[in-house]
Amino acid sequence: MNTDLRRNWLLQGIASVGACGLFFVAVVGALPKSLRYWRELCRQIWFVGAMSLVIVMTCGLFVGMVLALQLYYTLSIFGGTAALGTVIALSLFRELGPVVTALLVAGRAGTAVTAEIGLMRATDQLDAISMMAVDPLAYVASPRFLAGVIAMPLLACVFNALGIFGGHLVGVTWLGLDNGTFWGNMASTVSLRRDILDGLYKSIVFGGVVSLIAVFQGYTAPPTSEGVAYSTTRTVVFSAIVILAFDFVMTALMT
Amino acid sequence: MTSKTDAPAPLVRVRGLRTRLGGKVIFDGLDLEVARGSVTAIMGPSGTGKTTLLRHLTGQLRPDAGSVVVDSQEVSRLSRRGLFALRERIGFLFQNSALLTDFSVFENVAFPLRQHTRLPEELLRDIVLTKLQAVGLRGAANLMPSELSGGMARRVALARAIVFDPMLILYDEPFVGLDPIALNQVLRLIRTLNETLGITSILVAHELAAIRQVADRIYLVAGGKLVAEGAPDELALRDSPWTRQFFGGEADGPVPFHYPAPDYATQLGVAEARR
Repeated sequence: MNTDLRRNWLLQGIASVGACGLFFVAVVGALPKSLRYWRELCRQIWFVGAMSLVIVMTCGLFVGMVLALQLYYTLSIFGGTAALGTVIALSLFRELGPVVTALLVAGRAGTAVTAEIGLMRATDQLDAISMMAVDPLAYVASPRFLAGVIAMPLLACVFNALGIFGGHLVGVTWLGLDNGTFWGNMASTVSLRRDILDGLYKSIVFGGVVSLIAVFQGYTAPPTSEGVAYSTTRTVVFSAIVILAFDFVMTALMT
Repeated sequence: MTSKTDAPAPLVRVRGLRTRLGGKVIFDGLDLEVARGSVTAIMGPSGTGKTTLLRHLTGQLRPDAGSVVVDSQEVSRLSRRGLFALRERIGFLFQNSALLTDFSVFENVAFPLRQHTRLPEELLRDIVLTKLQAVGLRGAANLMPSELSGGMARRVALARAIVFDPMLILYDEPFVGLDPIALNQVLRLIRTLNETLGITSILVAHELAAIRQVADRIYLVAGGKLVAEGAPDELALRDSPWTRQFFGGEADGPVPFHYPAPDYATQLGVAEARR
């Protein structure tokens, strides 16, 4: 890559981040108007939230089960298996719950939102909505954005619950850890404000980030099959990068 | 046919319109006027920006220079709110129908009413069914857009465009994909809307026979300018190179059939051999 190309690539990157920022302002600005379309908002929460339950629950269960196996092995080296419940809960609430849920939602719902809006653009549906004197930002973009912000923390809670259940299944039922120790240590160590709420804040931010990227990519997708395909891929790639980067920054600020 | 060109002010007035899209000049000083209550057809070779002109009339696109006035309002100077207020009074039939794929045929036609009025459900249902009956698709009210043929989708889009009884309806290629029966009904519908409700219609279309039946006036646009205008029968007889080529469907004339290209023989590599 020569210098010119690299500079172009960098400038384009900066320009698209700027465009996404402006789009964010426009979407938030259209939020009050979009509350008129509460049916559409409910439909989107159902789509992003309820329709993601199966994948989030299954993954939560397996993540909890594998955490129990790995941590039991690690803790047994130091003779600290009694802390298994605490360590599983802390890992889930503080880190894995918000991050893995956000990655799953980006893959399942984010891509669908991008493809849907991209195809609406390609088939003139966005123009048609605008021609019928309805603001497509308020009718299409804002409800999908808000649905992500609302659904993500709820999904993360479900993920955490299933994760702890999976951990309990392996730790207590299979490996024979004491039931009282598992729950007792967890209850006495995990803090509502420091661990659970901080995790929820992360989920809310991730919900906003994932749905903003998905809606922006769909809205700006070139109106061709190839354009929509690339935009859908970009939604997953950018979401994954931004989720992990934001996760680091937020964890650093919170601890 | 009732031409009302003596009406005081035209509903649409375009003056000195200049537009450039992606480096290509689309309009280079276009002037035209559409009288209230008339049916006007805009014709021209493919790629002359007929659809772009409709997008100027609705403010979807802003001109580089010139003025576009609809119902005494300069479209490019309208605020967002003003623009939406204007659009509520304009029906737009998209080239590819642009039905909302999540909604049934009924809900597609009901969409503008639901967004801008608070009609009781029964009245709304009656209005929607009346419009669907007018396009012959009352029985298809519960189908989804994916279950419709192209021609049926176009008729649903037409029902949606007229559901508000707007002052102006813009039809972008309304006759494409219609069978002769549907075509005839749509022509009659356009004429009826014009005669009974006084709705002004602007059609972008290529089907000369259909246009002659329905239009009061034809504007022929080519090369970014207006090259001919007049009543359909008069225009077809006019002896200008533009009308002769366009209405005669000839490849040779002021409108090039071929997109600009290097010499054919040279590109095929036979120029040398021929020499």
